This record gives sequence, structure tokens and C-alpha cells, in this order.
Amino acid sequence: MATQKGLAGWGRVFGEGEELASEDFEELTRHVNLSRGLGRSYGDSSLPAPGDEFVATSRLADRVLSFDSQTGVVRAEAGLSLHRMNRLFWPAGFASPVAPGTQFITLGGMISADVHGKDHHVMGTFGRHVESMRMRIASGDIVTVSRTEHSDLFRATLGGMGLLGHIVDATFRLQPIPSPWVSIETQRVSDIDAFMAQLKDAARSFPFTMGWIDTLGKSRHLGRGILMRGRFADPSELGSRRAVPPTLKRFRVPFAAPSWLVSRWTTSVFNTLYYHQHIPAIRRGIAHPESFFYPLDSVRDWNLLYGRRGFTQYQCVIPEARGADGVRDFLRLVRDAGGSSMLSVIKDCGDEGEGVLSFPLRGTSIALDLPVDANTASLVASFNALLIELGGRIYLAKDRFTHARDFERMEPRLGAFVAIKESYDPKGRFRSAQSERLGLGGD
Amino acid sequence: MMKTLFLGATRGMGRALSRQMVERGDALHLLGRDIEEVAKTAADLSATRDRLVTFSRFDLDEPQKSGEAIEEGINKLGGLHRIVLTAGIFGTQESLETSPELAARVLQTNFVNTILFCESARVRILARGGGQLVVFSSVAGDRARKPVVIYGATKAGLSAYLEGLDARFKREGLDVTIVKPGFVRTGMTRGLKEPPFAADPEEAAAAILRGIDRRATVVYAPPIWRWVMAVVKRLPRAVLRRAAF
Repeated sequence: MATQKGLAGWGRVFGEGEELASEDFEELTRHVNLSRGLGRSYGDSSLPAPGDEFVATSRLADRVLSFDSQTGVVRAEAGLSLHRMNRLFWPAGFASPVAPGTQFITLGGMISADVHGKDHHVMGTFGRHVESMRMRIASGDIVTVSRTEHSDLFRATLGGMGLLGHIVDATFRLQPIPSPWVSIETQRVSDIDAFMAQLKDAARSFPFTMGWIDTLGKSRHLGRGILMRGRFADPSELGSRRAVPPTLKRFRVPFAAPSWLVSRWTTSVFNTLYYHQHIPAIRRGIAHPESFFYPLDSVRDWNLLYGRRGFTQYQCVIPEARGADGVRDFLRLVRDAGGSSMLSVIKDCGDEGEGVLSFPLRGTSIALDLPVDANTASLVASFNALLIELGGRIYLAKDRFTHARDFERMEPRLGAFVAIKESYDPKGRFRSAQSERLGLGGD
Repeated sequence: MMKTLFLGATRGMGRALSRQMVERGDALHLLGRDIEEVAKTAADLSATRDRLVTFSRFDLDEPQKSGEAIEEGINKLGGLHRIVLTAGIFGTQESLETSPELAARVLQTNFVNTILFCESARVRILARGGGQLVVFSSVAGDRARKPVVIYGATKAGLSAYLEGLDARFKREGLDVTIVKPGFVRTGMTRGLKEPPFAADPEEAAAAILRGIDRRATVVYAPPIWRWVMAVVKRLPRAVLRRAAF
């Protein structure tokens, strides 16, 4: 059933915990050691640590406090969702500075995970566009942090998974856009080498690039898929379309699907069909921003398709220095180890951001959706072993199964993060199930 | 343009409903107890719009100031078509049973003070030749049940008053709309066990806005609750004594 006991991330692997919600989020943060937004991190980032009962959600504190229509600078409460941001600011000629894969995330969550999107190679992570934040820190005080005030705390909070304190509100900069619609090109690509070359090529002339790849393909098909690239459309391209795109209808998944629905076999069939439904030639057109940026948002609760057992997403980035060989080695391992992922996502990342523990680095990001079963932990461990060899890292907002010792090996920045955390939160008050598992809070 | 005086826009259902009103171009004047909170809500509602949403302070626990507050709203709006009241206090039956002070507050605010405000609103609306009074009651007022004995009683009393108001003043131009939300996921209902047909505030607000625009006398939100309550109202006492809801 949809109502399992306890609390879960988007991957629906449940743990202990209960959510507190109030419009007065600032007051709530006095009483808890962790906050969350809309619960879209996949693993246990937003679940309370063992021994803690509650986590506060910012979801009801979603007001825009000020907006400058000249500069696009917004100040808003932490619970403002990307969905509402789009609906408010598209008509005013602005969009979020980064384009993540779902709009059901909050401002606070976007900062805490330092999210990136299809435009990472141009716009960097969300943190780059944040000017300041008001935070409740471990002492109980509310402090303003920015690049000039408590700059170490500011940098550690970008991608810091909520472990430095609660973000109460934040000031950030939107990007001006010619229209919210997206002019897109999609293309079928036959293998991983071609895919990486095409991504690189597309990045030169398009702000949005990403691809869906088939990770089950036989050797010569390995990493084949559909490449997408796009840019915000010029009003002259829109024809009879409305200036502001209408809200798309959303479908519901009524209950958790049986677990055979997503198996290696069904995934393989789906991936093959998906590849071949695209004509060999390039397709061009104007896309609705919701269907281009957030294709899965049209099915509400799509996570129920994985059934009661839940699923995890494994997302890692492989440094550019390891080239296509590194990516190919990784995809081979995924295929041979039996990781059956439907529609895996590939994206080239730009330079590393300011966040002390931010995920992206210059290289190739790969995201795999894996149904959870008895082997998931060892599967993730085997991916991590190769990732460490390749000098890559995982994305904390997706992780549920990585071991602390593997994380330490792949994360040379951990010491710097823990040092800042200890200076602001010496008693280790702020913690999550994930931080306890990975040793993100020091001892 | 619809000119609306709104008491209770800072939270929950009031927040969702006022956003949808502003989005389609209604003019709003907000009343609320905590002026800083009301100012933030006004800023949120008018963030991307040229026209400002105005506001002033009013505390439902000072009902004697209702008339003054309504007059100020009418001045700021430059007219009046509709007064919406979503404010009220909720307490779980458990907490109300153990704290007579809390019970007294809920009874006082939801029943006495709300009605005194409505009386003031009625006088101003009729003096202007007519208009609409929209008041949030609750499905809890339709039938007394275990989890809402005291809260439900305040809402039953309020619904009865509003029905009477409609009977007495409809012909003089007062359109009374009673809004009865079912279970809506807001700060008010957090931690409560979710029944079937629970709705998000946006979904409920859209249904409510359609209903009040139609000048319906009673609006259930989401609408399915009309039928749920039609059944609950007919349940024999023996069933209510055993039922958990």
C-alpha cells in the first residue's frame, strides 16, 4: 500500500521517523535536528538519524518575500517549490538558473543538495546563483550567511545536505529568458563513444544537453540512446502557442505495482523499444518546458511503479581525464553485474562549484534507477569500487547504500567539510540517517 | 474586478485560496493578527504583480474592532464585493478534553467572535446594497463525532448561524456561502490520521473558488465530501458510538 509506516525518501525504502509541518517553519527548526522539503532525495538524506524522532518539513513555508523584476533577484522562504517558482516567474520573463529533473523540490532542498541540471555545463550548480541565506545554526541563533559573512558556513551549506543548520530563507538570482518554451533537437545515438562525442559537441552550442541510454545493450550497442539538446525558444518561434505554457495534466499511480513490473527482462524490452521509437534522423521542435525538463513529473507517484520493495538511484560522476574508456568500463560493469536500469541518464558536467561537498565535477554523470532487492548493497559496493579507481564520486541526494569507508575513499574533501561542521556544530546536533551512515558529522 | 476583504490568508486553506484569487486578478485586502506575517503574505501575493495587495491588523479575539477593520479594508479596496473568513482555531478532541482553557478559546474564537465579526460584516455589506459573505465552517459541524466533539460543536453552531443569516437577509442582497472543507493537508491537520479523500490545499481551494463564484449556499471541498457527509449524517447513533471516526 501507499501508506507504509515511517518515513522514506523518493526511493520508498522506509525508515523510522515522523514529519513536522507548519507555515511557521522558522519556529519548528528550534526543535529538530534535521529539516527536509518535499522528500525528493532518493535515499536517507532526509530521514532522521537513529534516536531522533522528528524531521521538520519546510513545505508549508513557501512564500516569496521579495522579487526585483529588473534584476531577477528573489528572496523566499525555504519551502518555495520549483513548481511554484516556474508558475510565478515564467510570465515575468524569468526562470530558475538551473534545470533539475523534477519541479517538486524546494528552494531549501535545491541548496542543500546543490542541485544541477541539463545546463550544468553553462550555469553550474544552484549554489552559484545563491546570494545569501538565513540559517538557524546549532547555537539556536539565526545568522545570515553569504560569500562575505560566514563564508565557510555558506560554502559548506551548498551541497551540505542540511548538516550545517536549517535554511530558513534564501536570496538567489533567476535567469532572464526569451520565453519559457524550449526549442529542442533529439537524436538517436548508436553507442557510448558516439554519445560522449555528441554530448561534448552539443554543449558548445546548447545550454541544455542530456541523454537517455540503454545500459543493457550488447557490446556494440552498449550506451546507445537518445540525445536531447535545447535552449529557451525565441517568441518568434512559438507560432500559435500561448506565451505562458499551460499546466500539464498529471496522472496518478493508484497503488504500489507488483514487483515483476520492473525486472531485467521488462527493462530490456522497454529500453530496446524506446531506442527504436526514435527515427534515425534528428527531430526538431518546440517543447513544453514541463515535458522537456520534468518528463517524469507527469506521472505523480511514479516511484510506486517499483512496488513495495522500493528502488534506489545510483548517480556518479566520472572525471573527464578518464575519457570514454572510463565511462565504457563503468557501463560494462553495470551490465555484467546485473544492474537493470530503465532509462539511465547521462550528462556531461562542467567545472566543480563552490560547495565544499557539491557533487558535480568536470566529467560524465551517469544515473541508474535500480529496484531494491537483497543484492542492491553489494551491487552498489561493486560500482563504488570501480568509481574509486576512476577518481569519481557519488551524489549524496540519491544515495542509500554506500559504505562509510567507500565514501571516505572517494571523497578527499570530507575532512574540510567535517572541520567546518565541527566549528559551527561542535556537538554534532544536525544529523540524518545518511550522515550517521557515512560519517558526515565527524565521529 | 472582484474586490475581496480576506481574514485568514496567512495560513493553510486561506493561503491557497487567496493565491488563486490574486492569480486571476482579484483585488485583496488582508486582515490578520500578526502584522509581520500578514505583510509577508501580502508581499508573496503581489510578488510578480504591479498592483499591491493591501493589509491591516485585525485580531478575531477583539471582535469589537470588526467594524473599524472592515471599513478600513473597504477604503483601501475602493469598494467591496466579498468578505472571506477562513480564520479559526483547531484543537484535537484529546487536547480540548484535557485543557478547559484551550476549549474556552476554541469555543470563543470559532463561535462567539466569528459570529460577532459576521454581524459586523453583514451590516457593512447591506449598507452598501449587497455583497457576499464567505465563511469557513467544517464538515465536522455536520455531525457530531468522537474526534471532533467540541470543535465540531463550534462549527455546527456557526453553520446554523450562517444558514439563518441566509434565510433572513438573502432578499436584501446578502449572499452567504458556507464552506465546509473535508480533510485537507495543511498545518492544521498535520499529525492527524489521514482519512480517504484527503486533498491538497490547492485542489481544495480550486473547488472552493468555483463554488463561491457560483454563489452556492454550501460548498464542500473537495466536492466528494458532500456525499460522504450525506451518509455520515444518516448513520444511527449506535454506529457512531462504535466507529473510530
